[in-house]
Amino acid sequence: MAIELKMPALSPTMEEGTLAKWLVKEGDYVRSGDILAEIETDKATMEFEAVDEGVISKILIAEGTDNVAVGAVIAEMTGEDEDESPAVKPAPAPKEAAPEPAPEIAEVAPAAPVSRAEDPSVPEGTAMTTITVREALRDAMAEEMRKDDRVFVMGEEVAEYQGAYKVTQGLLAEFGGKRVIDTPITEHGFAGIGAGAAMGGLKPVVEFMTFNFAMQAIDQIINSAAKTNYMSGGQMRCPIVFRGPNGAASRVGAQHSQNYGPWYASVPGLIVIAPYDAADAKGLLKAAIQCPDPVVFLENELLYGRSFEIPDIDDYTLPIGKARIMREGADVTIVSYSIGVGLSLEAADKLAEVGIDAEVIDLRTLRPLDTATVLNSLKKTNRLVVAEEGWPTCSIASEIIAVCMEEGFDDLDAPVARVTNEDVPLPYAANLEKAALIDSDRIITAAKKVCYR
Amino acid sequence: MAKTPQKAPSKSKASVKAAPKKAPAKTASRAAVLKTPLYKATKPELMEFYEQMLLIRRFEEKAGQLYGLGLIGGFCHLYIGQEAVVTGLQSAIEPGKDSVITGYRDHGHMLACGIDPNVVMAELTGRASGISKGKGGSMHMFSVDHGFYGGHGIVGAQVSLGTGLAFGHKYREDGGVCLAYFGDGASNQGQVYESFNMAELWKLPVIFVIENNQYAMGTSVNRSSSEDQLYRRGESFRIPGMQVDGMDVLAVRGAVEEALKYVRAGKGPVLMELKTYRYRGHSMSDPAKYRSRDEVQDVREKSDPIERLKAMLMKQGVKEEDLKALDKKVRKTVMEAADFAEESPEPEAAELYTDVLVEQY
Repeated sequence: MAIELKMPALSPTMEEGTLAKWLVKEGDYVRSGDILAEIETDKATMEFEAVDEGVISKILIAEGTDNVAVGAVIAEMTGEDEDESPAVKPAPAPKEAAPEPAPEIAEVAPAAPVSRAEDPSVPEGTAMTTITVREALRDAMAEEMRKDDRVFVMGEEVAEYQGAYKVTQGLLAEFGGKRVIDTPITEHGFAGIGAGAAMGGLKPVVEFMTFNFAMQAIDQIINSAAKTNYMSGGQMRCPIVFRGPNGAASRVGAQHSQNYGPWYASVPGLIVIAPYDAADAKGLLKAAIQCPDPVVFLENELLYGRSFEIPDIDDYTLPIGKARIMREGADVTIVSYSIGVGLSLEAADKLAEVGIDAEVIDLRTLRPLDTATVLNSLKKTNRLVVAEEGWPTCSIASEIIAVCMEEGFDDLDAPVARVTNEDVPLPYAANLEKAALIDSDRIITAAKKVCYR
Repeated sequence: MAKTPQKAPSKSKASVKAAPKKAPAKTASRAAVLKTPLYKATKPELMEFYEQMLLIRRFEEKAGQLYGLGLIGGFCHLYIGQEAVVTGLQSAIEPGKDSVITGYRDHGHMLACGIDPNVVMAELTGRASGISKGKGGSMHMFSVDHGFYGGHGIVGAQVSLGTGLAFGHKYREDGGVCLAYFGDGASNQGQVYESFNMAELWKLPVIFVIENNQYAMGTSVNRSSSEDQLYRRGESFRIPGMQVDGMDVLAVRGAVEEALKYVRAGKGPVLMELKTYRYRGHSMSDPAKYRSRDEVQDVREKSDPIERLKAMLMKQGVKEEDLKALDKKVRKTVMEAADFAEESPEPEAAELYTDVLVEQY
């Protein structure tokens, strides 16, 4: 039975080519792997190899022929085993083989998020404890490590030094060196080791001394951790938490002062959390460690030492993907996250003095974004300001503004304003640093502006 | 190993070279060069190796053909020529206990892990029945059930990930070893050395397997590597190395047995350099102008791993017709995989949005 030899596609984009030269002639016996012909594309000359054994019975396209379409029969050969079915089944030409994406794809929407869980109710009379954000984060890790022995902590100076910012203080003493692991200064490597351990079934908490250093490791966070579940059709997970301080600290200059929230929040497959106060830091870090998906958990160095009240509840865990209304108000909504929330609350207090009743929303989770809470607030106040300690371009603020345009346009009485850091690398000089960073005065100015005051 | 563009000094010379000038060669390098004895295989084992290598080759030839027909898109990196490496290594490990991870040239590894050729081929054609539901493609395939952790498209990433899998074996004390495969190209990536350092520091059960097929895409080893004897790349981390003829399945199997003995004893990682050769281009769209046709032909004629084993089998009295029958059986398996891959439907449109996250938030 004759086997048809077809003009092959030699690159993802090739549609036709030149049959430059035949290296066999009719009657030749060929084995798989033998080079049959040379084919020229716009990019290069390539060799066309035999896949089957047999005799070339007919050459149908002469050498030197241009514009031979991919899939055209260029020769025939007689197979070795006459009883076998043809080695090459008639196959549709590439264009048919890869049909245009079915139009119904456009109609299939991502599943709507299930109604988001509410924060656990805090019963009347629950005792409140005052702790720092630093302690809250440590307690979250310790509680999860007690519950689940797959959880371990790894990073630079997390064990014997007790954490560069003392967030892991005491963990080595309680859990030992097997579960609290000092790494060399080697972010790319240990981010990959953490991701691999997660793929193998453990639950790593990988601390970056700051997220600035995670730039060395961002490939593992995005290409390995975030995409694996999707690329494996849901069979290989990567339940890992990458955590550490993010954003500007104090006078440490441009390379140590950057907010990576927008970077990670743009990546499907990641959960991105950036808490403000101690209760959220604890409840959300516990949720992150329990989470079967990879989480980027963005802390803030300037908040570590701040004290907040936290309900004294066992296993205080908060829902991922749920924003929190920090202060209710009727005149304008201020949306923020992380350290910006404190500045927004400050601004709201001062705005109240001039008769503007501001609502403050802490996004808490940057991906998936709780747009419903933002839009509901906008419906009420009709004016919105986004306050973000980070650069303005392609920011979380940009995203919130887009959401307000797309889904809240009719509710807007004024254009949404964004208050961010200046669009420059962070300078060192005290005066310049102050000039570059967001503050509550700028939030007040923007809030007044959208209220036309 | 046949003539290749890379110089291949004898092992003894290499280990002497490793020694600082004044110290005796034996103690100078803390990283030993492990022995690489030939494996003494029984006839049924030889037949198994032969069938496994043949399956990989026929599968890859078919994949190349389907690519030419437009049924496989994007990048497609074939393993033809390197079959002895994965066949020898995988034959020595314990399925269900050990783990395997590799880069983007992964079809052969999947077959050697015992994964159904049908679902591998169907992934190559981007169909719903593919092992990743058609969402991964040639470079991104995984089977946790088979201890196969991918299939990774970023050169070198799998080395850190594999070290992490080994970390997991040690953490759980499950006795497993991770085989982390990478190429001569990846062996120049920084994270590989970060991983070497931590693997030795923490005595992790990992075998770093460099499949040195002589070319990182179009750049030959000696144009890219200041130390082109890649088995020595672990020396400054005190990781013992071994250089193995990767075209000889018995040499590969013999060497990995030694490596496994060392690693399972809790002594830490081993670095294996398997000298091999890929017959095809780096990917399907590689015109391979960086080497001559004669060079490829020379390796094919003199060191082909399948032909070599075939000659050995015939010497041991296996009849040509039995080998032909085996070839026919393998061809049938591959043909069926191709039919399956061609006939399976594309993924449902709704699959676009599934598996982004495990949970809904």
